[in-house]
Amino acid sequence: MEIFNHNANVNFLGMRKFSVGLAILLMVASVVLISVKHLNYGLDFTGGVSLVMDYDQPVQVGEVRDALEKGGMEHALVQSLGGTKEVSVRLQPKDDPNSGVADGGKVNLDKIAEDVTKVLQVARPDAKLKSRDYVGSAVGEELRSDGIVAAIVVVLGIGLYLGIRFEWRFAVAAIATEAHDALVTVGIFALTQREFDLTVLASVLAVIGYSINDKVVVFDRVRELFRLARKAEPEEILNRSINNTLSRTIITALFTGITMAALYFFGGPAVHGFAITMLIGIVVGTLSSIFVASPILLWLGVSKQDLMPKTKENPELARRP
Amino acid sequence: MSDFPRWKYALVAIVLVLGIVYALPNVFLPVPAVQITANRNGTVDQALEQKVADALKKANVASSGIELNGDHLLASFTNADLQKSASDAIKAALGDDYTVAFNLKSTVPHWLTAIGAHSMPLGLDLQGGVHFLMQVDLDDVVDKQETRYADDIRSLLREKNIRYESVVRNAQRGQGVSVVLKSAEDRTAAANAISADYPDLTVTDGNATGDRFPLNAVVRPDKLRELSLNTIRQNLGTLRNRINALGVSEPIIQQQGDSRIVVELAGVQDTAEAKKLIGAVATLEYRAGYGTPQQAVDAARSGIIPPDARLYKDRDGRPYLLSKNIIVTGDQLVDASSSFDQQSGSPAVSVTLNAAGAKKMLDFTTGNVGKPMGVVYVERVVDTKVVDGKEVRTPKVTEEVINYATINGVFGKNFQTTGLRSPKEASELALLLKGGSLAAAVDIVEERVIGPSLGQDNIAKGLRAVTLGLALVLLAAAVYYKLFGLVADIALFFNLVILIAVMSAIGVTLTMPGIAGIVLTLGMAIDANVLICERIREELRNGSSPHAAIRAGYDKAWATILDANVTHLIAALALTTMGSGPIKGFGVTLLIGILTSMFTSVTVTHAITALIHGHRKLKTLSV
Repeated sequence: MEIFNHNANVNFLGMRKFSVGLAILLMVASVVLISVKHLNYGLDFTGGVSLVMDYDQPVQVGEVRDALEKGGMEHALVQSLGGTKEVSVRLQPKDDPNSGVADGGKVNLDKIAEDVTKVLQVARPDAKLKSRDYVGSAVGEELRSDGIVAAIVVVLGIGLYLGIRFEWRFAVAAIATEAHDALVTVGIFALTQREFDLTVLASVLAVIGYSINDKVVVFDRVRELFRLARKAEPEEILNRSINNTLSRTIITALFTGITMAALYFFGGPAVHGFAITMLIGIVVGTLSSIFVASPILLWLGVSKQDLMPKTKENPELARRP
Repeated sequence: MSDFPRWKYALVAIVLVLGIVYALPNVFLPVPAVQITANRNGTVDQALEQKVADALKKANVASSGIELNGDHLLASFTNADLQKSASDAIKAALGDDYTVAFNLKSTVPHWLTAIGAHSMPLGLDLQGGVHFLMQVDLDDVVDKQETRYADDIRSLLREKNIRYESVVRNAQRGQGVSVVLKSAEDRTAAANAISADYPDLTVTDGNATGDRFPLNAVVRPDKLRELSLNTIRQNLGTLRNRINALGVSEPIIQQQGDSRIVVELAGVQDTAEAKKLIGAVATLEYRAGYGTPQQAVDAARSGIIPPDARLYKDRDGRPYLLSKNIIVTGDQLVDASSSFDQQSGSPAVSVTLNAAGAKKMLDFTTGNVGKPMGVVYVERVVDTKVVDGKEVRTPKVTEEVINYATINGVFGKNFQTTGLRSPKEASELALLLKGGSLAAAVDIVEERVIGPSLGQDNIAKGLRAVTLGLALVLLAAAVYYKLFGLVADIALFFNLVILIAVMSAIGVTLTMPGIAGIVLTLGMAIDANVLICERIREELRNGSSPHAAIRAGYDKAWATILDANVTHLIAALALTTMGSGPIKGFGVTLLIGILTSMFTSVTVTHAITALIHGHRKLKTLSV
């Protein structure tokens, strides 16, 4: 079975001004969204208390919010967890007027959990506490900085490897598109205000991993075609590389997408954030592999000469086609 | 025709067999069990086994097996409800001499465990339980040390008859102790005396103004580091003791970084109880002995206690009478370590007191040689209850005599407690003494409680996501790449098996993010096969013969697969460096998954392809 016409020769590079322009626009929009709307950081990063409440009968999020407001906890965040009977309630310890934290007391998770449960049971006696978490704010800050460090290490490490195995232009193109993919993925989180927690951060890093995988496949073909071609017209070579790898790019995206969809629909709320981030990342990463990475290579002036000398220095590479 | 070397077939076969064997233990699900361990007075033997069996029979709880296992007894049950009622029945029958805890009993056959094949341990999110992250207040350690050195320097100067104007801690933490003397000579003398007695202090002269000659003594940074590490170690030790008392099987108590301790207790739902114990504050009291041992026994029996004495008990319940006056308390104890008595060679504990404590001890021992002295370990647990809408905090105090000995001579700062039965007892006493002087406050900075039903739920959902994800990819690959797709499917299935085998063999704890990592690995592992199949199709289109197409397909795809996977590996590596929590589990799974998938997607599929096509003349390929 084949979905793609193997003789296809779509002129992807021809629309480079439009596609890269759109990519830059998306990046700028993401930065604006992240700085204006901010991310809806999860408990892992903000610190605080998170409670999962289980109801016997279906419950509306608004209903829970009203009940909390009546109990004097108007700053609590209420989110539905998949079904209609489970909600998560997130609050800072000081939001519970009875916790004693405002007067300098220590955080007592059991006390806060009990207070919230009581407040909710006033409105709905069938409310039950299912799990409770507390994370100190210092821990959250550390995680956030660890995450940023990890992301930078990933990008630089990959850049270094590509610089050595390919050429600096490929490294630059990869890093630029990586930054685009990560930013746009996070930007979508800022736009939708989905909770950004530790697993989402992990999957943003996994998105970087996936998307670099994708780009390297195209780059590899670019290198190969440049070396094979007698008269190498960069734009034509790049176009052919994208077209040759197009079916692989899309099939792999579909296959990985299938598994992540399975994880999203059947894996339960614990991995929702993870699966949705991967799905967004796969779409963004695939599009940038096709439309964004190669135009950058072209603008950086990649040529046959840049790729040839290396083969003389490294006899192992010379044996490759 | 086949260009696939024999040794590679052998390698593939060996790896697949090993993979199956080491992944196999995970098929044997552990059953709920109750673990019984002995406290001080109990012994675990056949008689206990009989006793437990009788208790279960009496309570009408059917056990699926009771097994004597070294120092503990393990009774297994078919479900969690039986486990709970069994635990209650056994607790009632055995009393305080034994600790009864929930546990899981592995059902992995012996021949598997004998070759080191174990099932993956489940994380808290899959098993239920509590997780605490505690932070030791290192500022507090510095505060206590500087205050102690200020006291010590004061008494040292007094002892050496060096006149000083003041000895105070500097206002800023970590800046040491400031000593002001009245002359340059005094300052030199003081500096020498301090350096000689306290090598852990760095002494520097300040700027003299008029008749003020300042001197600054700072605790060396390496000493502070050592102190904070010791504090963590002490805390780990005391926590371990306290948690053992909780009756939790296989608790995880680990140091994380310089100042944090992770405590994970699987299966514990009553966090309040666990937290109380963890947050307990312990102190020590050195008290003078009172009367004779017989008097103590009489007092315990009659309940009539002399007015200036108090009645205590030790671990074994033996009564002691001690004076109401405290000689020295735990916060005056600087260090305690187990050692051997130089004269008799018997196990001993060496204790060091601070200046204030040393003086009191000296005063007391001067007049009391030959009389007994006792050490009381006091643990305060604050119990918070809500009564009539108001919070009532009731401290629960447990006091226990941990040592009772005769004073053999006059001593002050340093002394030894001898007459201990074994080196183990000496190290236990040293640990208790240190625990009682537990210098730094410990705060809980993170707490997570996962209910057992949530854990069950997560396992079921994770399993479903893995099976469905796998099934869908298998189907899609078979439809799209026909025979080559089926070959890739076999390899993908083995990738899952080998991934699980490696994770089990190196003991990776399975968590929900780990499961997500497995699913992602499965989705991305097929990428190598997509690359190979697309290449083979391309070669066929370019007019290559089927065999040449296979060879070229694998050769050309390999360079791409290697580059793509190495870059992916870099990303996974960065994930494993992030803390110790869920992210790490995900990163580790991804890392192992990338490595195993490179083997299965390329080598295993190549072997199978060579087997199928190797010795036949081919006109077409099913790809």
